[in-house]
Amino acid sequence: MIYDSIVIGGGVVGASIARYLSLYDISVALLEKNSDLCTGTSKANSGIAHAGYDPIPGTLKAKLNVRGNQLLRELAPQLGIDLKNNMAMVLSFNRDDELKMLYERGLKNGVSGMRIISHDEVLALEPNINSEVTAALLLTTSCIVCPFSLTYAMGENAEANGAKLLMEQEVIDIKKCDNYFIIKTKCDEFKALTVINAAGVFADKINDMVAPHTFDIKVKSGEYVLLDRSEGGLVNSTIFQLPTKEGKGVLVTPTYHNNILVGPDSVLRDDRNDNATYADGLEKVMESAKKSVSNINYRSIITSFAGLRASTASGDFIINEPVDGFFNAAGIDSPGLTSAPAIGEYISDIVSKHLGRKKKANPILNREAIARPSVLNRDERNALIQKDPRYGNIICRCEEISEGEIVEAIKRGGTTLDGVKRRVRAGMGRCQGGFCSVKVLELIARECGCRMEDVRKNEKGSEVIL
Amino acid sequence: MKEVVIIGGGAAGLAAAIACYDAGLKDILVIERSQFLGGILNQCIHNGFGLHTFKEELTGPEYASRFIKEVERREIKALTSSMVIDLEPHRVTYVNSTEGVNTIETKAIILAMGCRERPRGALNIPGFRPAGIFSAGTAQRLMNIEGYLVGKRVVILGSGDIGLIMARRMTLEGAKVLAVAELMPYSGGLKRNIVQCLDDFNIPLLLSHTVVNIEGKERVEAVTIAKVDSSRKPIKGTEKRFECDTLLLSVGLLPENELSKKAGLTLSPVTGGPIVDNSFSAGDGIFACGNVLHVHDLVDYVSEEAALAGSQAAKYVKEGFKEKEYIKVSTGFGVRYTVPQYIQKGCEDVMLRFRVTDIFKGSSIVISSKGNVLKKIKRQVMSPGEMESVKLNFKADEDILVEVVNE
Amino acid sequence: MSNVELTCINCPLGCQLTATVENGAVIKVSGNNCIRGERYAKNEVVAPKRTVTSTVKGVGCRVCVKTVPEIPKEKIFACMEEIHKTEITSHVHIGDVIIKNIAGTGSDLVATSEG
Repeated sequence: MIYDSIVIGGGVVGASIARYLSLYDISVALLEKNSDLCTGTSKANSGIAHAGYDPIPGTLKAKLNVRGNQLLRELAPQLGIDLKNNMAMVLSFNRDDELKMLYERGLKNGVSGMRIISHDEVLALEPNINSEVTAALLLTTSCIVCPFSLTYAMGENAEANGAKLLMEQEVIDIKKCDNYFIIKTKCDEFKALTVINAAGVFADKINDMVAPHTFDIKVKSGEYVLLDRSEGGLVNSTIFQLPTKEGKGVLVTPTYHNNILVGPDSVLRDDRNDNATYADGLEKVMESAKKSVSNINYRSIITSFAGLRASTASGDFIINEPVDGFFNAAGIDSPGLTSAPAIGEYISDIVSKHLGRKKKANPILNREAIARPSVLNRDERNALIQKDPRYGNIICRCEEISEGEIVEAIKRGGTTLDGVKRRVRAGMGRCQGGFCSVKVLELIARECGCRMEDVRKNEKGSEVIL
Repeated sequence: MKEVVIIGGGAAGLAAAIACYDAGLKDILVIERSQFLGGILNQCIHNGFGLHTFKEELTGPEYASRFIKEVERREIKALTSSMVIDLEPHRVTYVNSTEGVNTIETKAIILAMGCRERPRGALNIPGFRPAGIFSAGTAQRLMNIEGYLVGKRVVILGSGDIGLIMARRMTLEGAKVLAVAELMPYSGGLKRNIVQCLDDFNIPLLLSHTVVNIEGKERVEAVTIAKVDSSRKPIKGTEKRFECDTLLLSVGLLPENELSKKAGLTLSPVTGGPIVDNSFSAGDGIFACGNVLHVHDLVDYVSEEAALAGSQAAKYVKEGFKEKEYIKVSTGFGVRYTVPQYIQKGCEDVMLRFRVTDIFKGSSIVISSKGNVLKKIKRQVMSPGEMESVKLNFKADEDILVEVVNE
Repeated sequence: MSNVELTCINCPLGCQLTATVENGAVIKVSGNNCIRGERYAKNEVVAPKRTVTSTVKGVGCRVCVKTVPEIPKEKIFACMEEIHKTEITSHVHIGDVIIKNIAGTGSDLVATSEG
């Protein structure tokens, strides 16, 4: 068969594009090289729906950021995305002029709900902020969003609307024939009328398979440390420092699930797979965050990680059609997570026009998230357990995750330890899977009908038991 | 209304339950989150347990089974596969598959939730995050309960007893343990374990070393270990790279007190456990014992402490709360913490347990009050890896200070 | 006459002991601070013994096992070889003998868990 559209890349951008395309009368397949969605940049970032004060006015970034923030807040209840409108503030320490410029930039970008607040107001809202703060830009539309929940919500909703999500399909070649493309992967071949490149840090490689070389992706690593939920409440809003040319700087933020996240730095890496953390980088991140919040308890760190940003020389997102029917969504660095739905909306609009297709008459616009008994009230929780007793059997004690949730995560495609962890947080807590990983291994083996030895942490070669 | 609810059915919870019963309580409930009673003892299949309690060397499962039998003989009710999710004084809320969420009222609560292992993240070890990094206890569970060898070439970070025991277990099951690295200049494990788990198999113990890099995208491929200076920072140029497929971490245990926090208890920043008096009361009818209170070196001491906590909880249930006056136990040089932190005024024969901050040879433990030495005990050696016990064979009337005095 | 160096395991002091051996017997121990060190060195140098613990495949679960009494140290791996070959096909209780006279040591392999 010839698909109408093939999306390359199963990160948040690819999943969002697939989702928006699937709302049209368009047959869609998404090709992901790894074994699950959300395994690259999308899994390791700040998890912020940025307001849009930072991008340069007039850029695609500015436009799609502001639109993305709006869309995310609309979509969250429909698609069961873990999103909380916690607000953000950019702190100034005697650089109030720059704060004012940032405010004006925000206005130009169309950001609503901004105002500059005084030292006293900052400390009234956030008592743990370094008291030398002179003023801050308050961003009331800023949200925290769980990037996993966003990506899976997009993916699952795309599937519900008929899109095919195909894992372990690494694209190795693309050929343009008369009016369609042949996309070769390591094990298959696909045909499609249109191709959308959302390959993240490899987007330039994909582009070069079929289009002239016009851009290079440089990989910038961002390292983070994550603190125990016991530190939740240290700050309630997302705390930024004034941006530098390195980016938005180190932030201190609660996560949707009440951990405290500190990071990132921005370090160029030669190797596009180098998402390792480095001692000096982590130290700098921790030191830098102290400028915003001086009493961060780093003894409560439960994990550290690094994510890779796909940056380009232009600094703006590259969304174009270098070859008739081949579209790039490349160079999607920060605010890529926020912009993802807007990129999906934008590209699906162009692609549908290219294909001459209309919106589906009755697309499925809602998606049910995996039930989470620990946040239900007692009656709801007991009703759920009565219906399915597995929701009463707690497997991950730190995050209070039940067997029922884990089984559902496996059913929805989380057939690895990390896949389960990203979907329902088993192993995401303070013991980092020390207690529950053995149980989760057993559940995956049981549900998938495989041996314990076959269960992986994530990709091929990551079997947990040798 | 229950008389006492015991949270945790491991070494501490079982001993506490038995003591409660023997002190006259009958309406006792033990709530255990896993499928079986016995706790972590079930996976500690090595021997060396029970020398103090039973005067013989038992394995973990044998030690546990003796207590489980006593609990069964007394027909003490135990709910397994049930997880306590909320706690207030006199109210325990748990969830399981059959009852859903249930709250019960109780006169007293005994906390016996044990501890958890410090994960890699807590150490901030840089590098990749592949498969093949296990906390020692997780690997122990996979090996001893499930029967899987988790790796073939192994490096172990941390020379606590679990790490040492696992070095031997994995060697016996066919793995090659390349080295055990320890950040401190001394091992936190028992000498006996160093000799019988490492020396017996020619496994090198690298003191003052730590892991500075982990290689491998999918599975661990190599681990780099470097020497550390006196401030425990890695020294450049001392790196040694070990090609291996597994890194085990045995880098410390943390009392698991999330429930205690929910109940509003104050935790000691040093032990990570509740602050208690000599009846093991943390206030409001809540008692604590075992590793949830402070991490022990020997299970025998856990049982002993838990039995005392159980009998004190029973006393509280029968006699009700009585206003008491307390004296404070302070720590001086060389003493990291004490348990209990407070003593009811006028009590005699209180057992004080604590850990020292460093290795001391030929030093004394001195207990004093307002500069008057009340007790002085010379110790040939004291080490942070071992818990010290001192019985206060005097009446405690005034605040006391515990310190190490070098001769 | 020869000297054997070893670490005493009786307490955290971990005395470095030197045992002087003549005709297979320890004639002198030095470096120890107490009598336990001397006793330990005498046993450890002449006939070191160990308890081996492991698990064997049982009915639906692993069964924990140990050697009773202790076996000569040099027989550890011979014992492990037998343990690896063993599978239990019926339910056992703590204390049940799983292998009699394991690896010719005269010791038995005994169950230490119910299974």
